[in-house]
Amino acid sequence: MKTEKKSIRRIRNRGKRLDAWQLLLLFLLLCLTTVLGTIIWTMPENTSGLTDAVARLQEQSGVESPVTAVLLNFRGYDTLLEVMVLLLAVIGAWSLAKAPFSGQAADTGPVQMGVVRLLVPLMFLVAAYLVWQGSHLAGGAFQGGAILGAAGVLLLVTELLFLPAIPALPLRIGLVFGPLLFVVIALFCLCLTGHLLGYPEQAAGGLILLIETACAISIGLTLASLFAGGHPEDDHPQSVNPTEHSDKEEWP
Amino acid sequence: MITTLLYSMTGLLLFAMGLFTLFIHSHPLRKILAVNVMSTGVFLIMVATAYKPMPLGNIDPVPHAMVLTGIVVSVSVTALALLLACRVQETSNLDLLERKKQARIPEESRR
Repeated sequence: MKTEKKSIRRIRNRGKRLDAWQLLLLFLLLCLTTVLGTIIWTMPENTSGLTDAVARLQEQSGVESPVTAVLLNFRGYDTLLEVMVLLLAVIGAWSLAKAPFSGQAADTGPVQMGVVRLLVPLMFLVAAYLVWQGSHLAGGAFQGGAILGAAGVLLLVTELLFLPAIPALPLRIGLVFGPLLFVVIALFCLCLTGHLLGYPEQAAGGLILLIETACAISIGLTLASLFAGGHPEDDHPQSVNPTEHSDKEEWP
Repeated sequence: MITTLLYSMTGLLLFAMGLFTLFIHSHPLRKILAVNVMSTGVFLIMVATAYKPMPLGNIDPVPHAMVLTGIVVSVSVTALALLLACRVQETSNLDLLERKKQARIPEESRR
C-alpha cells in the first residue's frame, strides 16, 4: 500500500519536474530576459521619438488627434493591411466550421434580458461617440469596433432566437464594407494625388471619418462573428462534399 | 521613470513566462494562451516606452497606434487559432478515430 502510494507520487512528480533540456531552456530564457531587461533599462529616456515629426505634420493630416493621424494618415497602409488581416481571420473561421447555435430558446432570466435591453443601445451609442471623437481625442475605428463587437457578444451569449436566422449575405456585405471602402478611397487617392492613401489636404478629415465609420462597423461585425465561431446557418458553399457533411453530423 | 520601468519589466516578465510555456507545453490551448500572455507583455512594454514625461505631457503616438491595431488583431488571431485547435481535436482525437475505424471494419468484411 505504501509503496503504491510512493510510486503514484513519483509518477505524478515526474510530469512536474523539469528535465535537463527544459532546465537548459530555462537558463537560455533567463539569459534572453536579462539581455532584454538591460536593453530596456539603458534605453535613453529623454528622446522624443517620433513625437516631434508627428506634431510637425499634424496640421496637414486633417485630424487633431495624433494617434488617429498616425493610424489613418501617416501609417494608413499599415492599418489597411491590419483590417485585411481581420477579414482574413473571419474567412478562415467561416471556412472551418458552422456556428454552433443550439437552435432552441435559452431560458434567460428577466435580469439578463433587462441588461441586454439597457446595455446594447447604450453600447451602440458609445461606439458611435468613440468613432466621432477619434478626430480630436482618444478614440477611433478600433475602439468603436471593439465596443460594437462587445455588444454582439452580449447578444450572442443571451442566445436570442433571431441570431441564428440572420442571413449570410448582409453579414458578408457588412464584413467586407469597411476594408472595401478603405481600398476604394486608397485607389481614389492614388488617381487624384499620385500616392496610395495620399489624401488631398482639404478632404483628409472627411475621408478619415468616412473610413473610420465603415471600419468600425466591419470590425464590430468581425469580432462578433469570430465569437459566434463559424459561418451562419444558410451559408452553404457549393464545393462542400456531401459525404463530409454527413460525417460531421455523425461525429458531433 | 520608475513607473515606466516597472511597467516595462512586468511586460518583459510576462513575455518570458509566455515564451517558456510556449516551449514546454504541447497542448494547443496552452500554446494559444501562452502566445496571448506574450503579446500582452509586448503591448505593455510598447505602451510604457511610448510614455514620455515631457514638458508638453505628450505621448509618442506611433507605438500607441501600433498597439491599438495589435490588440484587435491579436483577439481575432486568437479566435482563429482556437477554431483551428478545435478542428485538430475533432479530427485527431484518438477515441473518435477508434470509433470511426470500428465503424468501418464491418463494412470492409462484408465486401
